[in-house]
Amino acid sequence: MFTIVEKKILAPKVTWFRVESPLIAKRHKPGQFVLLRVCEEGERFPLTIADSDKRTGTIILVSQEVGKSTGLLAQLEQGESILDVVGPLGKPTEIKKFGTVACIAGGIGAAPLYPIAKKMLEVGNRVVVYLGARNREAIILQHELSLVSDRLLIATDDGSSGYHGVVSELLRQHIRLGESCDHATAIGPLPMMKAVCAVTREYEIPTIVSLNPIMVDGTGMCGGCRVRVDGKIQFACVDGPEFDGHAVDFDSLAHRLRMYRDQEKCAMERAGVPHGA
Amino acid sequence: MARDKVKPGRVPRQPMPEQPASERVQNFGEVTLGFSAELAQLEAERCLMCKKPTCIDGCPVSIDIPSFIQHVVDGDFEGAAAKIFESNSLAAICGRVCPQEDQCEAVCVMGKKFEPVAIGRLERFVADYVRGRGLSLAKPPTATTERRVAIIGSGPAGLTAAGELAKLGHSVTIFEALHEPGGVLVYGIPEFRLPKAIVAQEIGNLKTLGVQIETNVVIGRTILIDELFDEEGYDAVFIGTGAGLPYFLDIPGEDLNGVYSANEFLTRVNLMKAYRFPDSDTPVQVAKNVVVIGGGNTALDAARTALRLHPEKVSLLYRRSRAEMPGRNEEIEHAEDEGVVFQMLTNPVRFVDRGDGWLAGVECVRMELGEPDESGRRRPVPVEGSNFVVECETVVVAVGNGANQIVASTTPGLQTNRHGNIVAEESSGLTSREGIFAGGDIVTGAATVILAMGAGKKAAAAIHDFLQTLPPKTTEPPPLAAHLKPSSGGVLPP
Repeated sequence: MFTIVEKKILAPKVTWFRVESPLIAKRHKPGQFVLLRVCEEGERFPLTIADSDKRTGTIILVSQEVGKSTGLLAQLEQGESILDVVGPLGKPTEIKKFGTVACIAGGIGAAPLYPIAKKMLEVGNRVVVYLGARNREAIILQHELSLVSDRLLIATDDGSSGYHGVVSELLRQHIRLGESCDHATAIGPLPMMKAVCAVTREYEIPTIVSLNPIMVDGTGMCGGCRVRVDGKIQFACVDGPEFDGHAVDFDSLAHRLRMYRDQEKCAMERAGVPHGA
Repeated sequence: MARDKVKPGRVPRQPMPEQPASERVQNFGEVTLGFSAELAQLEAERCLMCKKPTCIDGCPVSIDIPSFIQHVVDGDFEGAAAKIFESNSLAAICGRVCPQEDQCEAVCVMGKKFEPVAIGRLERFVADYVRGRGLSLAKPPTATTERRVAIIGSGPAGLTAAGELAKLGHSVTIFEALHEPGGVLVYGIPEFRLPKAIVAQEIGNLKTLGVQIETNVVIGRTILIDELFDEEGYDAVFIGTGAGLPYFLDIPGEDLNGVYSANEFLTRVNLMKAYRFPDSDTPVQVAKNVVVIGGGNTALDAARTALRLHPEKVSLLYRRSRAEMPGRNEEIEHAEDEGVVFQMLTNPVRFVDRGDGWLAGVECVRMELGEPDESGRRRPVPVEGSNFVVECETVVVAVGNGANQIVASTTPGLQTNRHGNIVAEESSGLTSREGIFAGGDIVTGAATVILAMGAGKKAAAAIHDFLQTLPPKTTEPPPLAAHLKPSSGGVLPP
C-alpha cells in the first residue's frame, strides 16, 4: 500500500511523488489533502494533493523539506512505501464559471494549485496563472501549469526569471494594466497569501486561500488546526482547508505555525538535518 | 455449588493495590496494579450469590456476574473469563475503565448494608489472568454466513459490534480513520489508566474471531457509505464514530499558543507518544503551570497526563463544585493524591496574551451555585467583580465533544438531531436508513466506554436479525477489491 511508483526532484529540496493509492485517487477533488506518516514514531502531517489518476489509482504529492518528517519523506525512493496516507480530506474547491480566474502560486503552492487551474479551465474559465518563486531554480510545474492556463506569468524575488519582485506585486501590476480578474485562488506561504489578499481586497476580487496549519488527525477530532475566519473559530481540516482570504486572520495563524519551533529544531538536530534547511 | 458461607460483611471490600502517588507521577505505567489470585478469591467470597441478582441488570452488556464470580471462588479463573467473554469481548478494558460504581456495583445487594462486591476489580483480574497466560477465548466461528458487515470506527461501540457479529459467523470489516485501531481507547484514555498493549491484545482477539481492520480509511471521505453497499458488497453498516469534535469555550484568546483541546493534548501524548519526544516525532507543549478546564473524566485524564510531563503545577478549574464533577470518584481521588490542585467554582472568561501570542494566564470569575438547572445540578452563577487571573502557560480545554458530521453529511437520508447526533433507536441502533445502524457517542453524545459497548452489542443483535431478513444471495459477492486486502490473518469473507 502507498507505494511510491515514481519520484522526481522538481527543485532544490522539492520532491514529486506518484503514490499508489486507488481509493484516494478515486475520490480526490481539487483542493483536498492527505495526512501522511512516514515511519513508526513519526508525526502526522498534511500535504495537499497535487493531482490524481483514477485509471492508474495513483495520486501526486509534492513535498518541500522543511523539517524532520518532510526530510524523511524526501529520502523515500521509488518502490518504497509511505507508511500511512489517509484522505482525501477537507472540502473540495468550489469549481464553477467565474469568468477570468487568477491562480496565484507561491513556491510549492504551484503543486496544489495545478488541479484547481485544470478544473477551472475545464469548466470554461479564462485562467491566468501567476507563478511566484524565490528564484529561477525554485520555480516548479511551469510547463504543466502552462498547459492548463490561458496565460502564465512569472515572478521571482531575485529577478532571475520573469518579473523582479513578489508575485502579489506582479498581480497588482497586471490588474492595473487592465488584466481582468473575477475570482482569485492563492496558495503559498502565509505572507504571500496575505499580500495577495491585500491586493485583491483593494480591487474587490473574491479570493480563496488554502491554509496548511498544524494538524494531528485531519478529521475534526483534535481542533489543533483551528483558524480564525471572520472572527469565528474554524477547523481547517473539516471546514477548510480553503477559506475566504479576506476573512482569514493570517497573523494568528502565522503565530500558531511557530508553536513547536523549538521542538522542530531539536528533532532536526537529532536527525542530523542542518538548521534552516 | 455448595460452599461455606462467610458471614456477610465479615470480610471488607478488598482495596486495589496501586503504585504510590509519588512514584507513579514519574511514569506512564499503570496506576492500579490489579488483584492477586488470593485477593481476588477473598473478594469473590463476599458475593452473596443472590437468587435474583440485580447486578446483571446494572451491567450495560448483561454479564452473568454471579456465575463468573462463582468460578473465581472455585479457583477456575479461565472458566470465569469464559463466562464474561460470552457477554463481553473486551473484559480487560471494561475492568479498568467502566464506572462500576454507577452500574453493577451501584445495585449490588451487599452494598445496601456493607460495601458492594468489587465486581470491576474481579473482572479485571480474570481478564488479566487469561491475558497474562496467553490464553485466547476467542475461537473463530465454526460456520460462516455469506453476509458482510462494515463497522465504521474502531472504538468501544465498533469493536463490540464487530466481535458480536463475528461470533455469529458474519464477515466483518472495521474501518478506522486513524493509523491505529482502538478509537478513544488509544487516542483518549491514557496509558497509565489503560495500557495500549492491552487494547492491542483485545483487538487481536477480535482478529482471531475473523474481524478485519482497515486503518487509514475515513468513511465519508475515502469511501462513502453508499459505496460500501453498492460497490463493496456490504449488507449492513454500523456507525460507531464517537463524539470526536471538541468544544471550545469561545472566549477571547483561545487561539493563543499554549491552548489545547483535551482531544489534541491527549492524542499527542497517547496515540502519538509525545511523552517520548524526541524519540517520537510528535511534540507537546507542557510548561511550568498547566491549567485544565472541565470536571469530567477527560479533564481528569488530561490533568494527570500533564502531571507526568514534569510541570511545576497542574490545576483543574471547574465552574461548579466538587460534588457536581461528572468524573469518576476513583479518578478524582487519584488526581488529588497525585497533586492536581482543584479550583472549584471557577469559570474562565479570557485567555491572557503574554504580549507575543503565547499564553500567560487565564482570567477567571468566581461562581456560586444557584437553583438546579435542567441537568438537576445547581446552576453556577458568576459572582460579579470577582475576576482574577490564574498564571499558566499551557491550558487544556476539556469541556466536552460534539458530533462529527463527516459521515452524516455524506450519507443521504441519514437523519440527525439538532445537535448533529445520528438518530437511532436505543434498543437496536436502527437509523432512518435501511441497513444502517448506529450506536455509542455518535448517537447519545459523549458518554462512557461501556454504554457505547452496550449500544454496539444491541446493534449487533439487531443487525443479525436484519441480515436474516435479506433474500439469499444469488450472485457471487464481489471479490474483495485489491486495495482492501486484509491487513492481518483471519477468516476471509465468503
